[in-house]
Amino acid sequence: MTALTTPREASDRGGPVADIGPLPARRGRRQHRLAPLIFISAAVVLFILFFLWPGALGLLYSFTDYRGVGDLNFIGTENYRELVGDDDFYRALGRTFLYTALAVPAHYVVSLAVAVLLTSKTAKGKSIARVVFFLPWLLSPIVTGVVWRWLFGENFGFVNHVITQLGGSSVAWQTDGTLGLLVVVIAGTWASTAFNMLLFIAAIRNIPRSYLEAAEIDGASPAQRFFKIQLPLLAPTSFLVILLTTIGAMKEFAMIQALNGGGPGTENMLMVQYIYRTGFERADIGYASAVSMVLMLILVVVALIQMRFDRKSALS
Amino acid sequence: MRNVRSIPTTIVLWVVAALYLFPVAWFLLSSFKPGSELFSLPLSILPENWTVSGYSTAWSRFDFQLYFLNTTIVAVVTTVLTVIVSAATGYAFAKYKAWWLRIFFICILATTMLPTEVIMPSSFAVVRDLGLYDTLAGIIVPSIITATGIFMFRQYFSTVPDELMEAARIDGVGEIGLFLRIMLPLAKPMMVVLAIFSFQWRWNDYIWPLLILRDPDRYTLQVALRSIVGADNIDWSVLLSASVISLIPMIILFAIFQRQIMSADINSGLKD
Repeated sequence: MTALTTPREASDRGGPVADIGPLPARRGRRQHRLAPLIFISAAVVLFILFFLWPGALGLLYSFTDYRGVGDLNFIGTENYRELVGDDDFYRALGRTFLYTALAVPAHYVVSLAVAVLLTSKTAKGKSIARVVFFLPWLLSPIVTGVVWRWLFGENFGFVNHVITQLGGSSVAWQTDGTLGLLVVVIAGTWASTAFNMLLFIAAIRNIPRSYLEAAEIDGASPAQRFFKIQLPLLAPTSFLVILLTTIGAMKEFAMIQALNGGGPGTENMLMVQYIYRTGFERADIGYASAVSMVLMLILVVVALIQMRFDRKSALS
Repeated sequence: MRNVRSIPTTIVLWVVAALYLFPVAWFLLSSFKPGSELFSLPLSILPENWTVSGYSTAWSRFDFQLYFLNTTIVAVVTTVLTVIVSAATGYAFAKYKAWWLRIFFICILATTMLPTEVIMPSSFAVVRDLGLYDTLAGIIVPSIITATGIFMFRQYFSTVPDELMEAARIDGVGEIGLFLRIMLPLAKPMMVVLAIFSFQWRWNDYIWPLLILRDPDRYTLQVALRSIVGADNIDWSVLLSASVISLIPMIILFAIFQRQIMSADINSGLKD
């Protein structure tokens, strides 16, 4: 497994397939036109059925008043115009952005810090600690939500118990929307550390030892070694983690459902919950599709910005 | 010298690890408390009277066997199909060159940016029109294709030397045979890693099963769990125990495949 990512191979990865002389290569290409088509056929069918078709259908629905049954009535851009004046939509959008803005840096910093600790030469007991950091990975988002709801319960939770024991007064983790969102950020960070940490650990291991040793001989402090050598070399992984956590945060749903149901009230309803609610609870598929299209557009913009920064690692 | 230097990092590591462990430990210990003790102040970390009554109530009130069975079917079938489709597609991306492969690769890349959650209403309509509503197949089939798996295999196969393929071709091995008999066995470690990850994703899936399943007899574990959480008056002692029960298969999986999971190189992989 580790052989996969030795630096030499890593540099080969993005390059073209090795050229073995013009003649055989050309013949090879002509011969093997059907085989790759067979290999990708299943994926193509699934892609068309469950990605292209829903995408196109969603766009179509967004211009109709479709309610899940009956006929489609085209109503032009009415859904979108209604969206512009929809306070609930803005609130969901704003909360989603706020959540993303808080969660992404938190996920990034924490998982990188944990990865650095777990690859540190000096720390003891790393293999047991690694299992501990992996535990949250085993929990489903629903169970994660339940765990943190249990911990941050207003009247019965452990956190408030400790706070009152220390002489403070109970904190309104569930009735204050902003605090409620904060709990979601903490829970989300805790839950996603394992996966991101794994990405960082693999990347840190790929940094040639000699770089760090040379810097150490030259008298660089641990902090200098981290910020001047490790961090820049981790840039591709950092971009990947940021992209993934951004998309993950924008479509957060299950954990919040179990943690506070988007509450108090609908204050912490994020976009996917808003789509779920309008589309499936109020059966307004046309309108929900319009919201979907807006969210989709936002994600495309996020991904495009990301890829401008890091075209190579995203495509290779 | 070495020992002294290791003290600060070791302490930091263990403080952070303890913070990570605590939520689960508190949760687990609470599940062994009798209902009366759950909310009695002052809270104590260890249960005063250990009991499994929460577990027995949860087990008798919910049809865990059924939920386990449904979730296992979904997770296993999806995983097998995901591994096959990802290996074949990733192999084609890594070892063949054609303009349409390039275009399809960009299409697959796009799926990572536009997850099903985002186009949920129309995805639901498609699955319904295909006649898969309220069936386990309706959960399985749309989940087979994952960009993560395809990228993992693409990266893996691109490290296999082309000379190996040329040699096999000269020996008269056909393209399909080359893939099935030479390349696929080579990729076994990657197949194991993707299988573990895929199983975990499907075991924990929530939103899609929630949309597709209506008949409680077909509920998967997460949907069933959520029905306890969503109740007006949460019976915490049952909920804690039921949640713990739902984790057991993942814990067993982790215990068996710990080494593969920990050393998994998912650098080019994407979360799904």
